[in-house]
Amino acid sequence: MTALLFPFAAVGRTTLALLAEIGRVTLYAGRTLGHILRPPFYPSALVSQLIFIGWLSLPVVGLTALFTGGALALQIFAGGSRFNAEAVVPQIVAIGIVRELGPVLGGLMVAGRVSAAIAAEIGTMKVTEQIDALVTLSTNPMKYLTVPRVLAATISLPILVAVGDIIGIFGGYIVSTTQLGFNQAVYLDNTVDFLETWDVTSGLIKGAVFGFIVALMGCYHGMASGRGARGVGRATTNAVVSASILILAANYLLTGLFFSA
Amino acid sequence: MITLASVHKSFGPKRVLRGVDLTAQKGESVVIIGGSGTGKSVLLKCILGLIRPDDGVITVNGQDVTRADRDEFLARFGMLFQGGALFDSMTVWQNVAFRLLRGAQKRPKAEAREIAVEKLRRVGLTPDVADLYPSELSGGMQKRVGLARAIAATPEIIFFDEPTTGLDPIMSGVINELIREIVVEMGVTAMTITHDMSSVRAIADKVAMLHDGVIKWHGPVAEMDTAEDPYLRQFISGSAHGPIEAVR
Ligand SMILES: Nc1ncnc2c1ncn2[C@@H]1O[C@H](COP(=O)(O)OP(=O)(O)OP(=O)(O)O)[C@@H](O)[C@H]1O
Ligand SMILES: [Mg+2]
Repeated sequence: MTALLFPFAAVGRTTLALLAEIGRVTLYAGRTLGHILRPPFYPSALVSQLIFIGWLSLPVVGLTALFTGGALALQIFAGGSRFNAEAVVPQIVAIGIVRELGPVLGGLMVAGRVSAAIAAEIGTMKVTEQIDALVTLSTNPMKYLTVPRVLAATISLPILVAVGDIIGIFGGYIVSTTQLGFNQAVYLDNTVDFLETWDVTSGLIKGAVFGFIVALMGCYHGMASGRGARGVGRATTNAVVSASILILAANYLLTGLFFSA
Repeated sequence: MITLASVHKSFGPKRVLRGVDLTAQKGESVVIIGGSGTGKSVLLKCILGLIRPDDGVITVNGQDVTRADRDEFLARFGMLFQGGALFDSMTVWQNVAFRLLRGAQKRPKAEAREIAVEKLRRVGLTPDVADLYPSELSGGMQKRVGLARAIAATPEIIFFDEPTTGLDPIMSGVINELIREIVVEMGVTAMTITHDMSSVRAIADKVAMLHDGVIKWHGPVAEMDTAEDPYLRQFISGSAHGPIEAVR
């Protein structure tokens, strides 16, 4: 009898553990927001994180957008030609990049780069007692480590998304004008006329949310890191996986919120 | 004054502290000895509030540490961690001057650096290490940087977790002298963990021996060599035979 119940017990345990984890993450997010507003502030830590998270992510995000824009143009051209709608390439590339692929792929790429790095750094600080040392030196690790990273990512990602949008559309433009026979001026006109402000701003808002998620997951898992190198490795993996999944889930929710009214 | 009353702490099934009672008077140097893994480091972390005890009361100057205002409370402390715990993203002098570069004790950069270099000199390090990163130093040098950081902001209470482990005998002597000096000159209350019996004799006013989660013996350092306690006797003589099981 008890053997029969075993799978149910396992499901129950996993569900409870998941719920507890969601609770802890929510609490951590709330504490982070609270600390963002209250002094002391560490502006120089913020600046160095802006450089690391924002500036140094530009190549990754730019290259991702460039190739995605190009591939998108090819696919839409091929798909559109099945019902004589090849001409929509500029519009669909633009809306696809700006609303969805720019923020989502940008977020995921930054999740891989930044969540992992943050979790590894903070996790190592945890296991080498540097976090304890910070506390004894009257410095709150939430304010000194978490807040600058979360703020920097939340500020950086919308900017990265904006840059990615431009580069992505440019990727589609290059492929379309060199391989698919589109006229250069007409392509740009179609793109600009078609896009609405909300298409762009909704993507930027998504970017800000994804940035928050990326840094929060890095910090949370770093702070929760177990002891030793194994603990740090695990924290790093958890950070990337949870950041990626949360980005995709948040993207679905935000898209529903923004566009299904 | 620091008092611990019936402090308990377990990690899962492992009962590390099982009712520790200990006091350190103001300006007194207490040395904690005891086998590896008996919970000496955990004990210091409990006092600092880095680890929350399961049971018992810890007070500093009559104030319960769990209820104190954290910033004000910790501003009075300096701590040398067993592993050094230096910030590897900062240079040596920035580590030492950490407290002097931010927060309530913030001062101009040049002045903070000057103090840091002076503290480095006191632990036997030359000014040219000031601009290196901790990863560029040997283990013993890192330990001494940690020591310099612990004393940099002239705290009232300092905890040293194995200050001389990994140092050569001469440098150990220098550090022992420094700790003694800090206690005598500056009236600091010090709690030191060490496995080095010559350090104990050099530093301690009072010795406390932790074993099986409790303080098995404590008393003035002068009485240490004449005390009857079999645990203490075995520990001092370093014998493999006695009430303390050598194989754990
Ligand atoms: N954060 C922790 N989680 C789980 N167990 C811990 C933790 N910190 C310490 N312990 C356990 O508590 C016990 C005491 O550890 P502690 O570091 O205080 O030993 P110690 O007396 O300082 O030893 P040593 O002289 O070797 O430094 C050890 O068995 C250790 O495994
Ligand atoms: Mg220890």
